[in-house]
Amino acid sequence: MQFAKFVITRIIAYVLVIWIGITVVFFVPRFMPSDPVESMLGRIMTRGNYMEAEQVEAMRATLTQAFGLEGTLAEQYFGFFHRTFLTRDFGPSLSLFPTPVNEVIGRALPWTLGLLLSSTVIAWIVGNAIGLLAGYRSRWLSSRALEVIAIFVYPIPYYITALILIILFIHINPIFPLFFSIRGDPPSLEFISSVIYNSILPAASIVIVGFGWWVLSMKALSSSISEEDFVYFAKLKGAGEGRIMTAYVLRNAILPQVTVLALQIGTIFNGALITEILFGYPGLGTITYNAVLQADYNLLMGTISISIIAVASSTLIIDLLYPFFDPRIRQR
Amino acid sequence: MRRTSPRLTVGLTIFAAFIILGVILPFFSPEDPRSWIRHPRNLPPSAEHLLGTTNLGQDTFWLLSYATQNSLFIGLFVAFFATLIGVFAGLAAGFLDGIPDRVITLLADVFIVVPSLPILILMSSLLQGRASLVLISIILILFNWPWPARQMRSIALSMRERQFVNTARFSGSSTLQILSEEILPHIFSWSMANFVNTVLVAIATESGLAVIGLSSLEEATLGTTIYWALQHQALLGRRWWWIGSPVVAIILLFIALFLISTGISSLSAERRGHGDA
Repeated sequence: MQFAKFVITRIIAYVLVIWIGITVVFFVPRFMPSDPVESMLGRIMTRGNYMEAEQVEAMRATLTQAFGLEGTLAEQYFGFFHRTFLTRDFGPSLSLFPTPVNEVIGRALPWTLGLLLSSTVIAWIVGNAIGLLAGYRSRWLSSRALEVIAIFVYPIPYYITALILIILFIHINPIFPLFFSIRGDPPSLEFISSVIYNSILPAASIVIVGFGWWVLSMKALSSSISEEDFVYFAKLKGAGEGRIMTAYVLRNAILPQVTVLALQIGTIFNGALITEILFGYPGLGTITYNAVLQADYNLLMGTISISIIAVASSTLIIDLLYPFFDPRIRQR
Repeated sequence: MRRTSPRLTVGLTIFAAFIILGVILPFFSPEDPRSWIRHPRNLPPSAEHLLGTTNLGQDTFWLLSYATQNSLFIGLFVAFFATLIGVFAGLAAGFLDGIPDRVITLLADVFIVVPSLPILILMSSLLQGRASLVLISIILILFNWPWPARQMRSIALSMRERQFVNTARFSGSSTLQILSEEILPHIFSWSMANFVNTVLVAIATESGLAVIGLSSLEEATLGTTIYWALQHQALLGRRWWWIGSPVVAIILLFIALFLISTGISSLSAERRGHGDA
């Protein structure tokens, strides 16, 4: 029963996160001191396009609809949810008219997922493996040196690491391309290699920072677990070093690391958005940014709602993986 | 009795340098560092202009000092209120139990998961670069109180069962008195570490928003300084001192804050090991 209860509480939390997140998105434009429709109209007009009076009216109607500002507040609120979850129709993109917002997001989402998934998984696995070794062998000089490096790397935000990588490897040593450009068609080798070539720096900036954190936290966890009685007993029992490290220390230390990963997804996502923008990587961050620059409100509302749903869903998935690491939940 | 940790010493020393740069030096600034074309443009570092000048004819050093002031303000403002709200919400949740506990825990969990940046981007795009630093700070407080709240709740749950709390309760103290006199000293050091960490997170988030030009464009922070440098092609023009000064400042500041925060935690852990609790 423990397992069923675990899954149900996680799913309730998931629904609530999305509900509150989307509610915040709904209310932000309504609490702004200026009318979002009028300020957007002003912005579109100042970009130099002359519009007839009817066109301005039509634009005003489109924007009012984009913000879901028609009808009473309650109607607007339910309409907003209906649109976000049932029809999932955010209308046409205003800057890439008449491409639907869903299509623009659909093209960007695999890029972001690919970048985040691969870099987070690499950082998590490698960071925890090294942290485990360093914690288990905490007296070794290399473990201490590693900790010092991790301390200096971890507090630096992604975009600063990204900027440093850009300065070092694009401007000073032009090893990587200045602009993100993909050659070839999806299944071909040329396509895959150019994707990897273009994604190395953005991924590296996320891996380096995440890596620092996982090393530090895993080292702290595993060095304290290594001093527990049951580890000492295992040593007396004659268990091999490798077995003690994996079956005794790792199995206990990995649990909080899974929980923390679930809690960090939002933060990692925040960082990845800016990293994408700095590198011109064609994911959610870059289209969100372009939507802001071009006052494409349909697209902006779409990407922000999808971001919240995507982050909440990833958190749920990691939470649901937790029983695989913790037999206490699984076996009851 | 009082032991120091080398981490804390290094961290505090670097942070003190930033306090001088961001709090004391701005009073001696010979000009408004934001104003354009006060000096020849793109000068390399010299005795007169310690970090050179920008493409807009600003003195990079005084600009950096001014930007540090604003970034520190955001960090301290957000950290103060987020820690205050978080500590009291968490303690309330831990001691009151029942419905208040459920509501507070739930809200905390939600705000930890919802990514703050998309919501900040939405807000500042509607304000078109006129989002005030205070408004941005308020949104950051909304997203930063849950961490201390979660921690405080679990401390409160374990404290509730300890002997000295019951002694105080039986001797007739009110809940508020127990909170402020018996429990706060115990959680003070954790709150300090969290406070310093929140300063870091708040400055990092605002700078992130600013680097892409979505913070206040009328003010200068460490992040907006990077934004203007990027906008004016400091990278292609190889004007490293311009883009480099805020980047190096952020790195040093964050390492200092991180050292202080972990230094406080390890110091208090050590003291607990030797001391009474």
